[in-house]
Amino acid sequence: MKHFDLVIIGGGSAGLAAAVSAYDNGVRDILILERDKELGGILQQCIHNGFGVHTFKEELSGPGFAERFVNLVHQKFITYKLNAMVIHMNDNKTIEYVSPDEGYVLIKAGAIILAMGCRERTRGAIAVPGYRPSGVWSAGTAQRYINMEGFMVGKKIFILGSGDIGLIMARRLTLEGAEVKGVAEIMPYSNGLPRNIKQCLEDFDIPLFLSHTITKIDGLDRVSGVTIAQVDDRMQPIVGTEKTFDVDTVLFSIGLIPENALSEEANIEMDPKTRGPKVDESYQTSLEGVFACGNVLHVHDLVDFVAEEGRKTGIAAAKYINDQLNTGNVIHTVAKEGIGYIVPQMIHPVNLDKTIELMFRVRKQYKNVELVIKKDDEVLRVIKKKHLAPAEMEKVILKASDVALCQQSLSIEVVEDVA
Amino acid sequence: MKKHEMICIVCPMSCHLEVDLDDAGQVLNVTGNACNRGDVYARKELTNPTRMLTSTVKISGALYDRLPVITSSDIPKGKMFEVMKALAHVEVVAPVAMNEVIIKNVCGLDVDIIASRSMERVH
Repeated sequence: MKHFDLVIIGGGSAGLAAAVSAYDNGVRDILILERDKELGGILQQCIHNGFGVHTFKEELSGPGFAERFVNLVHQKFITYKLNAMVIHMNDNKTIEYVSPDEGYVLIKAGAIILAMGCRERTRGAIAVPGYRPSGVWSAGTAQRYINMEGFMVGKKIFILGSGDIGLIMARRLTLEGAEVKGVAEIMPYSNGLPRNIKQCLEDFDIPLFLSHTITKIDGLDRVSGVTIAQVDDRMQPIVGTEKTFDVDTVLFSIGLIPENALSEEANIEMDPKTRGPKVDESYQTSLEGVFACGNVLHVHDLVDFVAEEGRKTGIAAAKYINDQLNTGNVIHTVAKEGIGYIVPQMIHPVNLDKTIELMFRVRKQYKNVELVIKKDDEVLRVIKKKHLAPAEMEKVILKASDVALCQQSLSIEVVEDVA
Repeated sequence: MKKHEMICIVCPMSCHLEVDLDDAGQVLNVTGNACNRGDVYARKELTNPTRMLTSTVKISGALYDRLPVITSSDIPKGKMFEVMKALAHVEVVAPVAMNEVIIKNVCGLDVDIIASRSMERVH
């Protein structure tokens, strides 16, 4: 059985950034396993611009951003396999993959970085009534068809979900000559960035129906129409508010789910809120020597933050391989009032350098509130916030010296009604 | 005097801008912006709004049949569909390097269409 010091599962932005950083920190025996035909992951289909503002200080397209990292992997002669699908990962860090070139292969890893990304939620996840005709797509699948394979998915489109992929596809389809009749969002606010509402919908006069959902999809062979309705406070459609649209295609942009079949099979402890593994300050999971970063850990808004998490995970994996990661005293992070989740879920203060960054999302939209960070029961910091929304990931950086004095837990909560 | 409300798209802060216009449509005053970039954006948006444009062109001999392309700088918002039309019949042959010019001065603008990635020749 062949052995590698570090095996990275997934050659997208998280995996590539982790590989480059592990290399830069002294690891040489690295293998990246990528199931697609080329490296780069989902970036290759995200042809719009706006990537790289933080990482490269310039605005790149998705493929342009990927190419920067792929070039680094080539320059450093980091090994990778394409068309290589990992089918099993075991808790003794053996990995089984299959590929057309090699058939079935069993390898052993000193350390593993999970960088498998995420999947789109599908129509089935929200049980939309109606027929099952062709012409119903997840927004990301349509994006791959149009931007990479060169197939147009339809002429008259309706989109459910106002996440950024849905908004970006509304613009893309319009530019390619389709008529996008509207975007429905079940929440009373959009889940996409306000700038995408502006430049993807308003620029093209595409209506956004907030507090609306699809109640019926018509069509026997091909989609022939869609019915939407307004929803009440409990997200139930209100009778009498229905509107119908003559469309041949429906796109679903209703959220992303970290793709953790391999993590679960290896009995890695999961966080039910992020749907990713629970990790510590070094992005190490409950299975020693197995790390996770990027969208497999928690769904991000910006690829720049995925790459940054990959970079930090690469450093941590290099430390583990060189026997420099410690355990000992553990502090847990606790998501209190108004906070959906916090990553990392636990901290070993002994491994902290100078600071620790906590990433989290709020549960709903807030205006003029305070974020209160407490160490045990003592207030460590109060941050005033004009605006908080679930669609925008928040970060707070704490000093290692503050965290070191903590006995049990670090908590974050939203405090409303501040003077 | 007229009031115009808009959301700044420069950064994720998404400031709610209020713009005062005179009767001729000239910008008098911008408020609600947290930084000066909001002022610049509002004035440009109301006089000559521009956008970056990304799309694809046909490519043969590469891993996929489409090459992603991008404008070398922002173009007038009203020119987007004209530029899309100019891209519709373009066909290139691999290999193509990132930033290679695909159409020089597209639609008579001082802007090029460039490849937003490299695509090698495959057999």
